[in-house]
Amino acid sequence: MNPGVALAAVAVVSLATAAIGFYGLRISRTTGDFYVASRTVRPWWNASAIGGEYLSAASFLGVAGLILLSGTDALWFPVGYTAGYLMLLLFVAAPLRRSGAYTIPDFTEARLDSKAVRKVTSLVVVLVGWLYIVPQLHGAALTIRITTGLPSWAGSVAVVVVVCLTVVSGGMRSITFVQAFQYWLKLTALALPILFIIFYLAGTGTPALAPPAANPTGAAPTGLYQNVSLLVALLFGTLGLPHVLVRFYTNPDGQSARRTTLIVLGLLSVFYLFPTAYGLVGRVFAPGLARAGQADAMVLLLPGELVGGVAGDLLSALVVAGAFAAFLSTTSGLVVSLAGVISQDVLGGGVGGFRLAAVLSAVVPLGFAFMTDSLALAGSVGLVFAFTASTVCPVLLLGIWWRGLTDVGAIAGMATGGLLCGGAMIAGAVSGAANIPVWLAQPAAWTVPAAFAVMVLVSRATARRVPGTMPRVMTRLHTPERPLATER
Amino acid sequence: MPDSPLLTAAAVAVIALAIAVVVGVGLKVLRSFRDLGTDAERATYKTLHAASEAGQHLRRGLNPAGAAKASRQLRTLLGCEALAITDTTGVLAWDGAAEDLKPRLMELAAGVLAGGRTAVLPAGAGQAPAGQAPAGQAATGPDGTGSRLAAVIAPVRAGTRVVGVVAAFAPSAGAGLVRATGEVADWVAVQVELAELDASRSLLMEAEVRALRAQISPHFIYNSLNAIASFINTDPARARDLVVEFADFTRYSFRRHGDFTTLAEELRCIDRYLLLERARFGERVQVSLRVAPEVLSTVIPFLSLQPLVENAVRHGLEAKEGPGHITITADDAGAFAQVTIEDDGVGMDPAQLRAVLAGHADGDHVGLRNVDARLRQVYGNEHGLVIDTAPGEGTLITMRVPKSQPGHDA
Repeated sequence: MNPGVALAAVAVVSLATAAIGFYGLRISRTTGDFYVASRTVRPWWNASAIGGEYLSAASFLGVAGLILLSGTDALWFPVGYTAGYLMLLLFVAAPLRRSGAYTIPDFTEARLDSKAVRKVTSLVVVLVGWLYIVPQLHGAALTIRITTGLPSWAGSVAVVVVVCLTVVSGGMRSITFVQAFQYWLKLTALALPILFIIFYLAGTGTPALAPPAANPTGAAPTGLYQNVSLLVALLFGTLGLPHVLVRFYTNPDGQSARRTTLIVLGLLSVFYLFPTAYGLVGRVFAPGLARAGQADAMVLLLPGELVGGVAGDLLSALVVAGAFAAFLSTTSGLVVSLAGVISQDVLGGGVGGFRLAAVLSAVVPLGFAFMTDSLALAGSVGLVFAFTASTVCPVLLLGIWWRGLTDVGAIAGMATGGLLCGGAMIAGAVSGAANIPVWLAQPAAWTVPAAFAVMVLVSRATARRVPGTMPRVMTRLHTPERPLATER
Repeated sequence: MPDSPLLTAAAVAVIALAIAVVVGVGLKVLRSFRDLGTDAERATYKTLHAASEAGQHLRRGLNPAGAAKASRQLRTLLGCEALAITDTTGVLAWDGAAEDLKPRLMELAAGVLAGGRTAVLPAGAGQAPAGQAPAGQAATGPDGTGSRLAAVIAPVRAGTRVVGVVAAFAPSAGAGLVRATGEVADWVAVQVELAELDASRSLLMEAEVRALRAQISPHFIYNSLNAIASFINTDPARARDLVVEFADFTRYSFRRHGDFTTLAEELRCIDRYLLLERARFGERVQVSLRVAPEVLSTVIPFLSLQPLVENAVRHGLEAKEGPGHITITADDAGAFAQVTIEDDGVGMDPAQLRAVLAGHADGDHVGLRNVDARLRQVYGNEHGLVIDTAPGEGTLITMRVPKSQPGHDA
């Protein structure tokens, strides 16, 4: 495709993101609008913002590529990503909003009355955030390389620079509006081209090149264990993502936190229709795109391949814009929440500290991204979810729903989950892709129960350490707020 | 998957961690080989170290968790077989052998608790009276160590009250052990008194917050009633509306529960306040507002913004000719919410303002000092008000509060 058009699309998205971040709040209001100005964010806006932040490179590029490669097995990814929100809705959203804690380390410290737990949780959260940013940067590198022919590093650096500049210069002050805008941009950028392609194919009567059930790469179908393990990772991993939880504090109370989550479920379900459609159309009409290592770029290449000409270029530009919105929104959301944790727990919390922490949270993953090579995006993000599910998720779930959790138990559980899951990742890397056993490739099915079990058993053994503040904290987590009418 | 980014990243992290652990352990080992001085110096160090360790555990007063940890340190300090700490009602901690004596300790210590004098019991005194239980049964443990230990029981005196005892058990109760046990008990008493001091200090802080809060409301009520009074003859309908607004305002500020509120509630309160002020100043007061929705649910001290706006109106605009403009912003700043209130009024002399905030000068800026003091008490010294001002240059007041306040109910 035409590199100029793609570059223009990237520039426009970056500028629009920065502009909304800067000027979204510049509209001053006079006293007459006091009520309007001091009205909280509507659940719809907030849900769009959560969707915008959540839908990352894996969702935008990875899912479609995986469907192209391995067919219906890959559908477990969108199912898991979306169903994770059901878990969030049922078990975490409202109590966490009521806790008054702003980050996950804040929550664990308040719940378990222990500085040590806070330190460990902060470490885990920062690690999860960094690991999650790396695939976003790989996605950006891939996109820039495929669409403009520039070297890979240009894409990663571009994302980091744009995110650092906007966050450091205070451009994320209206982060809710930025992220909400990104969701709708991503949806449009994915939906319009595929609808156009489908109508175009129907109109021109293009013949199918392969049956939908064909297996273009000859990959073996995944087994039951793999699918179960993946679902465990995605379902439980969503609960612990630092950037997703922070968004819930914009809700005024627990009830609107629940309503927001419900809308998010709807928005995600609608969104995931389109990567699926891309994967299917790719299978039937462009099986040539299913080359290993390049399947992730399928969404970017499909319009050019099937439509071509100026129309294909424009459609591709739209997709590139959406993809960049995905990298930017997820990365900036993660950077903002990581910077909060780092500046508070490492740098002592000041304005300058926040900026330094923001740069640190973006540049460290850039180093990781340079040292490593991009593989299947959906798979890498799946591993991050497995890590989160084995560390942050048990402490959140047990902290909210079990009175017996102790600080020692929480630390032991997080350490067990982190070591087992991290160890499995490393062991998998050392032994190589070909002879990696299934239980190492998808560790969540045993690391998550292990983390839970250790947490419960150690807490039982140290039952004397249940903090004295526990009954008050638990009451606060689970008592519905007073309705506003009686509070005035 | 040899090249997967995550795996390589994780490998790098693990290797870094391993290096850190090795370096840490190495330093520890090296340190243990250093020259640590003469035997006497080492003994002094050991004693003081054990005492300070135990002291940390007792800083929250006499409670089972702290006493259990402290008793371990104190037993090594005294070099006795067993050591127990009690309060006035029961045994808090028992460290060492002869647990069979534990059920009877309170009985043995009753005299000490009542009289406040150290008691020395010879070996065998801890045994159950012969008539109640024959030797070798429930009162004596399977090893029967309790029967051969003497006990020294010393009172822990906080002020004039006896709040517990320290009991040391050894094969023989020599004068050395008796004196040392007495000293340990006195030392425990000092720690308990320190803990009580801590508790009363935090009570004092709570009381001060309440007193400061009570100070604010009458100040405003007086001003508002004056403003409403001026309309009663000229515009009764408006006066009525204003009284209703005033009633709503007082319902908010007189509410009983909680020292905290949300930013949204406080802004609503400011809206009502400004309505009352505009009744008096007319179009002279212009207000613009820019609030990030993310921080609306941030918890802030109750009535902490309204006094600042009131200050802007009274000291910024009242003394000035022509219209005045007030800008209120609330921004999302990382882990904090930042609220600013700016007016283009007459400003203040920084030196005088400093004196007012320090409480040296009596000025009209009661509200400012009040809010500043409360913010410092609740969030710490670095969260006081930041005020940029000069005579004739207007005033900019900045307030930064952490978004995360799990301990504070709005």
